Order: sequence, then C-alpha cells, then structure tokens
Amino acid sequence: MKANGHVFKYGDNVDTDVIIPARYLNSSDPKELATHCMEDIDKEFVNKVQQGDIIVADKNFGCGSSREHAPIAIKAAGVSCVIAETFARIFYRNAINIGLPIIECPEAAAGIEAGDEVEVDFDSGVITNKTKGTSFQGQPFPEFMQKIIKAEGLVNYINAK
Amino acid sequence: MGMTMTQKILAAHAGLESVVAGQLIEADLDLVLGNDITSPVAIHEIEKMNVEGVFHKDKIALVMDHFVPNKDIKSAEHCKCVREFACKNEITNYFDVGEMGIEHALLPEKGLTVAGDVIIGADSHTCTYGALGAFSTGVGSTDMAAGMATGRAWFKVPSAIKVVITGKKQKFVSGKDVILHLIGEIGVDGALYQSLEFVGDGIAELSMDDRFTIANMAIEAGAKNGIFPVDALAEEYMKEHSKRPYKIYEADADAEYVREVVIDLDTLQPTVAFPHLPENTKTIDEVGDIAIDQVVIGSCTNGRYEDLAVAAEILKGKKVKKGLRVIVIPATQQIYLDAMEAGFIRTFIEAGAIVSTPTCGPCLGGYMGILAEGERCVSTTNRNFVGRMGHVNSEIYLASPAVAAASALTGKISDPREV
Repeated sequence: MKANGHVFKYGDNVDTDVIIPARYLNSSDPKELATHCMEDIDKEFVNKVQQGDIIVADKNFGCGSSREHAPIAIKAAGVSCVIAETFARIFYRNAINIGLPIIECPEAAAGIEAGDEVEVDFDSGVITNKTKGTSFQGQPFPEFMQKIIKAEGLVNYINAK
Repeated sequence: MGMTMTQKILAAHAGLESVVAGQLIEADLDLVLGNDITSPVAIHEIEKMNVEGVFHKDKIALVMDHFVPNKDIKSAEHCKCVREFACKNEITNYFDVGEMGIEHALLPEKGLTVAGDVIIGADSHTCTYGALGAFSTGVGSTDMAAGMATGRAWFKVPSAIKVVITGKKQKFVSGKDVILHLIGEIGVDGALYQSLEFVGDGIAELSMDDRFTIANMAIEAGAKNGIFPVDALAEEYMKEHSKRPYKIYEADADAEYVREVVIDLDTLQPTVAFPHLPENTKTIDEVGDIAIDQVVIGSCTNGRYEDLAVAAEILKGKKVKKGLRVIVIPATQQIYLDAMEAGFIRTFIEAGAIVSTPTCGPCLGGYMGILAEGERCVSTTNRNFVGRMGHVNSEIYLASPAVAAASALTGKISDPREV
C-alpha cells in the first residue's frame, strides 16, 4: 500500500480546533466537514488540496479535542497520509480507527517542505521525497493497523473478521 | 517490577497479574461516555456493526451538553439522533435538558464514576475522573462505538510521570493554578502517551473540586490520564454521591516513573496561560497590562460549586467593569441550585454578570459568548487555541475563577489579592 502526493506543511501543535473548528461540529457529514478542513490555520487549504496529497507537520499534531471529525475532515478532503514528528494520542487512535494513514517520522518532518512530492510505502515505512531525492525510514504500521486502514476503518475491520 | 496506580487498574481490568509500560492490552470497561457532538458519529458507526444493542444499558452515559439547549437546527438533529438511540436501547444514564450538566461535572455528582473504574469517553476531558482514583481517558467516536457494543477497549499501557505536590496553598490559589503551572513546566506534549500520577502531602490541601480541575486538564499536557490517590476526602465524596462499590488501588513502592516534577504549593502563584497554548504560562505578577472584553467563569474545568463560591466572594457588593461582558455558567443543575441557595446567583446578577443554564457553549466557540475579531477573554476554561472561542484573531487567557472574577471588576487581567 502506498500514498503519493504533494505536501502541505505545518508546524508544532496543530490542534483539532484549527483542523475543524467547533462551529462546524453541528454536522457529522464528512463531505461538509471537509469543506472547512484547516480553515483557521490555512484558508487556502481546501481550495488547493488534490486527491492523494499529504500533510507533513512537526510535533504533537492533532492535540486538543477528541473529535473524530478532525481525521474525518482530513480524509474526506482527499489527504492520503499525515506525517508528523509526533501525534497527540487521541488523534492517533482516531486516525487509525477511521482508516486515515498516519506515520511518525521526525527526520521526514524536518526534511520535507511545502509543495514537495512525497511517496509513502506503508509496508516498509519508507518515506521518499521525490522532489529532493531523499528518503526517510518511518515506523511501518503493525499488521493489524494495516488491516484496519485497508478495511477503511475499525468498524469494517471488525465486521469483516 | 512494581506498577503505578494506572497500571494496576489496567492490569485488573485486563485480567492480568501485572502489566508493563508499552504493553497492548484489552480491558473491560465500567463506563462509556459520549456527548451531543461525538455520540451521533458513534451511533452511526455502531449501526454499521453486526451487533445487537449495547453491552450494558447502565454502563453507558450520554450527556447532551455541548450545543444544548440546541443552538440551531443541525445540533437539534444531533440531539434527536442520540435521544432516539438512548430510548431504543433503554440507556439508563441519558441526560437531556432539565437533567443535564456539563458531563465531567455531572457524572461524579451522579455517582457514576468511582475509584478503580476504567472509563472511556468520547470527549478529551474524560480524564477528569482520575481525581477519584479511576483510570479514565478520552477517545474518539469509533472507540466509543466499539466500547458501547462490546464493553471492552484496547490500550497501550502508559509509562508515568510522578507529580509530587507539597506544601500549603495561599488564599486565591487553586487547582487551576496547579495544573496551569504544571503544563507551563512540561509543555502541551510533556506527558504525551503517559499518565500523570499525582502524589505528595500537598494533596491533602486540595479540595475535590481542585482535584477535578487538575485531572481535567491532564490532556492539555498530552497525557493519557491523570490520577490521584484515594484519601479520606475522596472516599467521603464517593460515599455521599454514589451507591456503587469502589476499589482503591495504590502504586507499588518500586513503581517506575520516567520523570518526577515537584509542585510546591507554598510558593505557587495565581497563574495565567497566554494565547494560543495552555503552556504559555505567566504568574500573575508577570502579566502586565492586558485589557479584556469578556470573562467566562464555567466549563468542565471550573464550573463547580467552589469555583462559583470564590467568584462570588470577590464580586459581592461590587460591579463588573462597564463595557465588559461577564458570563457565569454553573456546570450542573445541582450546582446551580446550591449556588442559588448560597446567594451567589444574586451576587453575580447584581454585579452585572449573566448566569446561564449549564452548557459547554463558549468554551469551544459553540455559542453563548463568541468573540469578535481582536477581542480578548479571560476564561476559566481549558483551551486557548487559535479561534477556539470565536474569531481567529481573538485571544483567550486561561485562569482560575479567582483571577477571572478579579479581572471582571477591573477590565484587565488582575490579581485577586489586590482587588
């Protein structure tokens, strides 16, 4: 399984309030949430994002609220993977549970810039920066997490078992 | 090797003799919680699962508190979805308008959370119940759905930070100052994937309301949970509020901690977190001249009786600064009643504040106190992220109810000892 796309780059502590502001949480429709994704940190994100693009951030991505609407909005916006130095723990769980691939890799977070084209191989954990010709070793997903992601979330995975 | 308090509770609920940090376990749940924002997503997920009903109708709590009484049609539809689910599955602990309160103040008050429990909630501040010696942690809606269906959840056993509290706090210093100081020390990811284990003789100086506030904001340091030892005060609280049996777990003497932090109450000052992170703390003497437009006293962090009591003590017989909006939100119906009987509600209204029915409203920028561009608010809530309470160019300063009340009188961030 691989992801490939251009990068949107953010810094430390991207919180769930900027990923999807609470003023939009009166909806739980993924398509509607996606239209406000990252709105309070990057107004242009929803206009520029293409199917398959990748978000790269520094430490503690997804801190704050437990709202699953945050990874749902990112996934529904077309993002194929989030790479960060570290993730906040509830966001990490939620992303896996809804089938949004995420990968921790401090070196990749430091060595990738906005607009770079990046490929992520989930089986090996290798992150390749095609623009710069560099690659990084992220932590590969354990098998059960790969299965959850392939099933597009925990519920489908449980049902398929 | 010895275990921490958190590790012992998790081991017991996983049917294991012992666990070590990093181990993946599956544990039985004593309570699964959701609110009006997270539950509809969980209900949608559980409906997709091949399961009949829920694992236990008494061990699920659904609290309509975020956008309630409903602020618009969409939030009304969300509540309707949860109401119908609760009715269909005969959920005992469904709390709607009239009975509801802010979930993390309500559940301990109703006796639904006790020492030794393992609790998950689709709300990040579920860690509040650690004040009673329970393991409780925030999860997302899918985990909530799986928990409602199966009564179990998987966890990675956390390593721990030991937080030693010593000394005796001064007047107008509270649990909020303890936790803001701690987050300032270790940072918003200082306890990422770890538990915060509070110990020390200073805990005897902290009321239950102080402890709820401290455990509540463990998540703002990135922690999985925060937990207090169970002393006579905690036992008294549980006996007063709950009919459920509780179980006291104690950390082993040789439990392993990755780090130790000491907080000395003797020298602790009123503390304020500046925009836009809870770790941007300053003591009140370092704050400088910050004019404000709004004050919010309430939330799952600081909407309890003692929070209102200290605010009323400061505001009694005085007027809030002209032009300032001051919003007071008792966290539950019971707290509202108790505050009314104590005369606090009269004090607030006569001072020029408004008093609202329980709601999370302004804390997350839902309604009931949204900020315009450039406005500043002193708030007793828990997050001061960009845009959290309104416009992306508004600012939130997190503080205790005492600092918030003092600031309400002066129109700028103020030391409660000087008003």
